[in-house]
Amino acid sequence: MTLQTLWFILIAVLWIGYFVLEGFDFGVGILLRTVAKTQAERRAVLTTLGPVWDGNEVWLLVAGGATFAAFPEWYATLFSGFYLPLFLILVALIVRGVGFEYRSKYGRESWRARWDTAIVISSALPALLWGVAFANIVRGVPLVRDSYGVIHYDGGFFNLLNPFGLLGGLVTLSLFTTHGAIFLALKTDGVIRERANALVTKLGLAAAVFAVAFLVWASSLVNKPLVWVLSAVTAVCWLAALGMNLKAREGWAFIFSSLTLALAVTTLFFALYPNVMPNLNGVDGLTITNASSTHYTLTIMTWVAVVMTPLVLIYQGWTYWVFRKRVSATQIMDAEKGVLDTVHL
Amino acid sequence: MNLDLARWQFAITTVYHFIFVPITIGTGFLVAGMQTAWYRTNNLKYLRATKFFGKLFLINFAMGVVTGIVQEFQFGMNWSSYSRFVGDIFGAPLAMEGLLAFFLESTFLGIWIFGWDRLPKKLHLASIWIAATGTLLSAYFILAANAWMQHPVGYKMNPTLGRAELTDIVRVLTQNTAVAAFAHTIPAAFFTAGGFVAGVAAWLLIRKRDVEMARPALKLGVITVIIAFVAVFFTGDWTSRIMTQQQPMKMAAAEALYDTTDNAPFSLLTIGTLDGSRPVYQIDLPSVLSLLSTGDANGVVKGVANIQAEYTAKYGEGDYIPNIPLAYWSFRLMIGFGALAFLFALLTLWRMRKGGLPTSKWFSRAMLTMPFLPLLANSLGWIFTETARQPWAVFGLIKTADGVSPTVSAGNVATTMIGFTALYGVLALIEFGLMFRAIKVGPEAITSSPDNEVGGDSTRPLVMSY
Repeated sequence: MTLQTLWFILIAVLWIGYFVLEGFDFGVGILLRTVAKTQAERRAVLTTLGPVWDGNEVWLLVAGGATFAAFPEWYATLFSGFYLPLFLILVALIVRGVGFEYRSKYGRESWRARWDTAIVISSALPALLWGVAFANIVRGVPLVRDSYGVIHYDGGFFNLLNPFGLLGGLVTLSLFTTHGAIFLALKTDGVIRERANALVTKLGLAAAVFAVAFLVWASSLVNKPLVWVLSAVTAVCWLAALGMNLKAREGWAFIFSSLTLALAVTTLFFALYPNVMPNLNGVDGLTITNASSTHYTLTIMTWVAVVMTPLVLIYQGWTYWVFRKRVSATQIMDAEKGVLDTVHL
Repeated sequence: MNLDLARWQFAITTVYHFIFVPITIGTGFLVAGMQTAWYRTNNLKYLRATKFFGKLFLINFAMGVVTGIVQEFQFGMNWSSYSRFVGDIFGAPLAMEGLLAFFLESTFLGIWIFGWDRLPKKLHLASIWIAATGTLLSAYFILAANAWMQHPVGYKMNPTLGRAELTDIVRVLTQNTAVAAFAHTIPAAFFTAGGFVAGVAAWLLIRKRDVEMARPALKLGVITVIIAFVAVFFTGDWTSRIMTQQQPMKMAAAEALYDTTDNAPFSLLTIGTLDGSRPVYQIDLPSVLSLLSTGDANGVVKGVANIQAEYTAKYGEGDYIPNIPLAYWSFRLMIGFGALAFLFALLTLWRMRKGGLPTSKWFSRAMLTMPFLPLLANSLGWIFTETARQPWAVFGLIKTADGVSPTVSAGNVATTMIGFTALYGVLALIEFGLMFRAIKVGPEAITSSPDNEVGGDSTRPLVMSY
């Protein structure tokens, strides 16, 4: 296996980490107002994310940094090409992070209600846009080669909002929302758990419809038999997740929904390989060969990744173990009061 | 047009991000120190200080995190030609920063925030130290990447692909430009954090609130400022010597020294022509510049005009002169604001001897500026370092004008620039409001040591919740 292939796989792994982890963050954010009605319930819901959301988001930063280091051409073409969707994603991630951290600092009803709305929107928007972006990468986008031989994206914003891209967006939006509901059923107790549990089946079936349609369409775009097989396994995992949830086996449901997301990313990357950005207008696309860094840089980065990734998995896993207890609304003290409320200004 | 907008966007988002960065790095360690004092002595005033300054630290940290995401993405978005050119080298420290530092910071800070009643005391204390160490690692990698832009080493040019390629990662990570930048930036972060803690503590003291906790906090703040300033001073001297060797144009611009001279003076004030091309009136300290930049009062310091001629011969026709008034004034104001904070800290420490407390009017006014002076010095220092390297993005290799994304329209860059600026403006108001509120509320009353009982079931009230 060449180092380029290895790095293609490693970047897929980083996206798997990101979608599995921030996937449920997005879902929890989207469902904030749906599964939690009272102040105490909302705070319980956000507390399930509190210790982990930031660490989950780092997977995205590392995926970005690793793409920059290993495939600079891919990083440059993708980020300058998908310019406005990325801007919207960045704005949403900023608002969402601030929302999590600031929402409960202050007790005024209107303050918290506004942040709640902001969290719902800023969770849904990236959940949708990541799907649009990945669907377009797999489908291929219009690329041009300039007089220096550099390959650029040549499509604009609305080109990305094609039916296949939008279907991809609906897939990630519905999958992440369901994944978030499964996470909440696993991590909370009482009424939130019941509501989340009930939502999983409805949301999950909608997601299944979108996902199956998308996978069939995607599989027909790329001529690889194994993509069909992977798609089928992904679908089976998803049904297993929904089934386990019906039997109130939330741990297993979460494992299966995580596996589904991991397999979905695997399928997309497998469909893509050895391209990283296929050209819709011809053969001149970006591949793991013409987009990559030098052998020397890849070797160094491989050593760093091989040593550090297992360590990160260990200590991040340990965090989830430390905060493994369910959270319920009854545990929240002074739900109506923010931590900065002792004096009145 | 595109270029100007992209540069303004980079300047706005980066200067804004770097308001939160030095406070995070320095305050993280100071809070870790406070918690260690509590752990060792069991004295509740240290626990109250930990929680109070910890809260302020977290309000600040959240902003640093979210504005940091933009940094990772904007190279690709607005500077795709730059990214293609440097990616083989520049990407590596960025990826390392993520893998080695960001995961560490975010994960262990999460553990620290929510772990008060979940972890044994010692492990909980360790988590803040680990998170703080993560911020140092992060600073090192990003400074090494920046140092490579100031002084590229360990690379070779690939003419076929038109890009720079890494040949020696050890040199990139250990060259003196990187080490000196780290040695200068980290004390500057402590300097900022010291000013922040001192300013907040003084605010409480002036209102005679929580004197028992605020007094040691003020002392910690001003001592941090004093020690950090001394370190910043000496590493700044080291940095400027390296700069004189590696980027003589930058030093000449900083001094508005137009012609090569020995016994070069350090100017205190220059009034120049509007375009900065010639000085009209200067007040000088004789020989000091030669001493600063070469270590010898008789050393030769090259002037702007001479270096321009030299670079034209070396790199071809072009304007190699940065914005001189900006370089000159940002360099001076950086030193000036820093020195002022140092002076306030010294005076305060002097008045605090033998258990006294400064009470006069100058103190209450000066202390209000304490959190801001070091921040200004930090920003101006970076504005100087980055703008006085112009027209280069990577010195001698690629000009900023050649780094901008060729396919992104000016309208798109303007959209994101306005979008980020508006969003950052609103967030600044919110952040400042929350910070002020948290200071006004003051430290919580803690009357008994928490038991740190490990575990707990799901019916027990949560010590920390969102």
